[in-house]
Amino acid sequence: MSRFQKEPVKLVPVPSHNIIPERDVDKTPILEVSHLGIDFGGLTAVDDFNMAIGRTEIAGLIGPNGAGKTTVFNLLTKVYQPTRGTIMLDGMDTAGMNTIQVNKLGIARTFQNIRLFKNLSVLDNVLIGLHNEMDYHLAGAVFRMPSYWRAEKIAKERALELLSIFDMQDLADAQAGSLPYGAQRRLEIVRALGTNPSLLLLDEPAAGMNPSETTELMENIQKIRDTFKIAIMLIEHDMSLVMGICEGICVLNYGKVIAKGSPEDIQSNPQVIEAYLGKKKEGN
Amino acid sequence: MSLVISQLINGLQSGSIYALVALGYSMVYGIIMLLNFAHGDIIMVGAYIAWLVIVRLSLSPVIAIILAIVVCTVLGVTIEKVAYTPLRSSPRLSLLITAIGVSFLLENLAQRIFGAGSQNVPTLISGPSLNIGGQHISFTAMITIVVSVISMVALTFLVQKTKMGKAMRAVSEDMGTSQLMGINVNRTISFTFAVGSALAGIGSVLYCCAYPQASPTMGAMLGLKAFVAAVLGGIGSLPGAMLGGFCIGIAEAAVSAIGLSVWKDGVVFAILIIVLIFKPTGILGKVINEKV
Amino acid sequence: MKNNQKIIPMPFRYLINIVLFAAVLFLMNTLITGGTISKYYSGVISSIGISIILAVSLNVATGYLGQLPLGHAGFMAVGAYTSALIMRAVMASGFLKTAVGSVAAFPLALLAAGLVAALFGLLIGIPALRLKGDYLAILTLGFGEIIRVVLLNIDNVLGFKLTNGAAGLQKIPKTTTFLITFLCVGVTCFVIHTMMKSRHGRAILSIRENEIAAESCGINTTYYKTLGFVVSAFFAGVAGGLYAGNIGILNPSAFGFMKSIEILVMVVLGGMGSMLGSVLSASVLTALPEFLRSFADYRMIVYSLVLVIVMIFKPSGLMGTYDFSLNGLLDKLIRLIRGDRGTPGGGQSLLTKKEGGTNE
Repeated sequence: MSRFQKEPVKLVPVPSHNIIPERDVDKTPILEVSHLGIDFGGLTAVDDFNMAIGRTEIAGLIGPNGAGKTTVFNLLTKVYQPTRGTIMLDGMDTAGMNTIQVNKLGIARTFQNIRLFKNLSVLDNVLIGLHNEMDYHLAGAVFRMPSYWRAEKIAKERALELLSIFDMQDLADAQAGSLPYGAQRRLEIVRALGTNPSLLLLDEPAAGMNPSETTELMENIQKIRDTFKIAIMLIEHDMSLVMGICEGICVLNYGKVIAKGSPEDIQSNPQVIEAYLGKKKEGN
Repeated sequence: MSLVISQLINGLQSGSIYALVALGYSMVYGIIMLLNFAHGDIIMVGAYIAWLVIVRLSLSPVIAIILAIVVCTVLGVTIEKVAYTPLRSSPRLSLLITAIGVSFLLENLAQRIFGAGSQNVPTLISGPSLNIGGQHISFTAMITIVVSVISMVALTFLVQKTKMGKAMRAVSEDMGTSQLMGINVNRTISFTFAVGSALAGIGSVLYCCAYPQASPTMGAMLGLKAFVAAVLGGIGSLPGAMLGGFCIGIAEAAVSAIGLSVWKDGVVFAILIIVLIFKPTGILGKVINEKV
Repeated sequence: MKNNQKIIPMPFRYLINIVLFAAVLFLMNTLITGGTISKYYSGVISSIGISIILAVSLNVATGYLGQLPLGHAGFMAVGAYTSALIMRAVMASGFLKTAVGSVAAFPLALLAAGLVAALFGLLIGIPALRLKGDYLAILTLGFGEIIRVVLLNIDNVLGFKLTNGAAGLQKIPKTTTFLITFLCVGVTCFVIHTMMKSRHGRAILSIRENEIAAESCGINTTYYKTLGFVVSAFFAGVAGGLYAGNIGILNPSAFGFMKSIEILVMVVLGGMGSMLGSVLSASVLTALPEFLRSFADYRMIVYSLVLVIVMIFKPSGLMGTYDFSLNGLLDKLIRLIRGDRGTPGGGQSLLTKKEGGTNE
């Protein structure tokens, strides 16, 4: 995978004891999470989670199954309200906000089990992502005012543009539920991009993809970051993808952070190896 | 004071019937997540069977009671096999609409066959009434409460202590895994419907003792109110259904005692709305979270 | 891929629809006022129109929003009584006989009926829409029954005759004509159609499809669920007002759970999510009892069987989620005549495509 990450990205520490890429250090990190935790009844799913993501960083969140990775995503997008800790998105404290508000603030996501609008067309799925980019009111819609026509035209063009990232513009009229699995995952990403986020959360985007699809996805993720100048955090089990494109990686186990660093740091970290492979047997 | 006590007894009597019916609702909801609208109408069928047996066939009340319960059980299982099993994997809305359809079908068939008016059901159970310190308690009232309590205890024993009961609890928890564990899901669901419908059959007999009239729409309102009772107690919870039943019965009796009996139905629905707004899971129910 | 470019340009699409609408209106109106169609059948046609409005409005909350409100008849009742009371007052004051009154009074009464019903929709929607599926169904059923019970007994509480309870509210001016019914049907379908083919409609559909995903796209689901519910209630209220002016007397028992189910059957049979389906099934199910006397006796049995059978064999209804477009049909026709083969859709690529090559 030599064409990914040609020069190793230098990660620098920031005041909150986190690390972000050097090129982002002069701007506020897009995400700063401190001491985030949630309890479900007696079970502590996530505890003392600290992380910062630079404005144009591709960050990775990895860990064994059940480590709490999707729970972290749910906390960031306010599907769950945190029991403790703070989440600063683009410098703003998101305490008390709900999913809709944080989306308007600039965070968008895809889901582990795809959540598309299956009976609607591909184009409609993306247009729903563009919902808040259009501004006409209900009266404007019913009476078909110029504001309606203008906004719909711009939105449709934008939607087709976004679909062309994955070369899906010809599928605009297809029913979303009829697409093959990989295409559905890509559509979810396009829909999330429609909401004009500053931080894009991808939950296992490569699940179910073969190696060539995965390579294409890696290129597209980098292209998305380079074109839109946004930050991307992904949960992934496919290590070739994670080590290939992620700049800062955070490793989770049993709801706690056990390591943070560049791909090289993580690959040689003994605690990470133990978490994935188990303890080395005595006497070897 | 004696008025209050006699109203209380009325409330307990009708509450017992509500509780029996609510148990059937709760059991079915617990296992296949369906609000069986047709449940109340099974009671109506039971009442007509009792009437048919005594009035048309001139057989003894004992046979009427047995036949009513048997027919209700068979009817319940048949409805499940014919109308609900094909929709096992459909969205729940479809199942709900089908249940509404079955309920209406039963009511309208009864109207066609027996006419829209009501028929008098002769006494099914008679016996001496009790007199405690000037307070008169009728035999039927006592029998109703006693039978209901016995049924509930028996049901609790069935669900907690028997193998079939364990299967019922497993299937209501996770149908797919139960199947993988070797539980015959179809048989378990049919059994649940059978037990629920049998309870409804018992309920219809007791109902006819209290209100000896059978009409095509008697099941609808009774079913709705029993449903409110199930929701109040916490749908899916058996003790909750019993608790809810008694609460609704007593509430209705209280409203009648004040003299506002025309508003009885409205009060029951008002209770439903208050519960659903403030504590949708009911008094004893559990909250189920959707996994994201 | 299919060519989705519309051949008939925009202004003309509206023109075609308007012309067709006006033509049917003019034709039917002439037949009725000329006496070719009797007063009785004109009343039946009005009934069909009322059923269409009821089915199409319920479809917004069931087919489009994906909920199962079981109290639709309650909104109809509220609208019916509102319009009836207004029109009785208008008639008593003599305003109805004036030139302005005879034209404007009923439409305004209908508007009021719709608004009052919409208000009830808002009040009921706020608690109801916080609940899921079955619970929402039961809650709305409960509210529908409460409305019926209140309408039945309110006179006892108020101390004066408002609704006249079980005896029935009588002497309502029979102002429902084919003309106004047809216009109301047209307005209803137009408003609902334009709403659904806009970002607001898409938001409503997204809630039906996947509420959690809709929220993650920044869609205010509470607002849109309430909007769908209120719009549904509004038109049910208008239908209620038309009903009052068609029959001339109102009784609370006509607006019970049974009526809500009748409307639900129309929506389910026609296809939840298809406006054309609702229109067709409402028409057929309302007209059939009139033309098949023997059918009328077994009507409710057939309804219930229909409900069960459709749910088992074709749960998406006869039309599914198909939505009819006259212009879409004409487009297909023109394309057929021209012998077009599909051309790939347009759209510039935002990012350059990978140029051939193999993976490393």
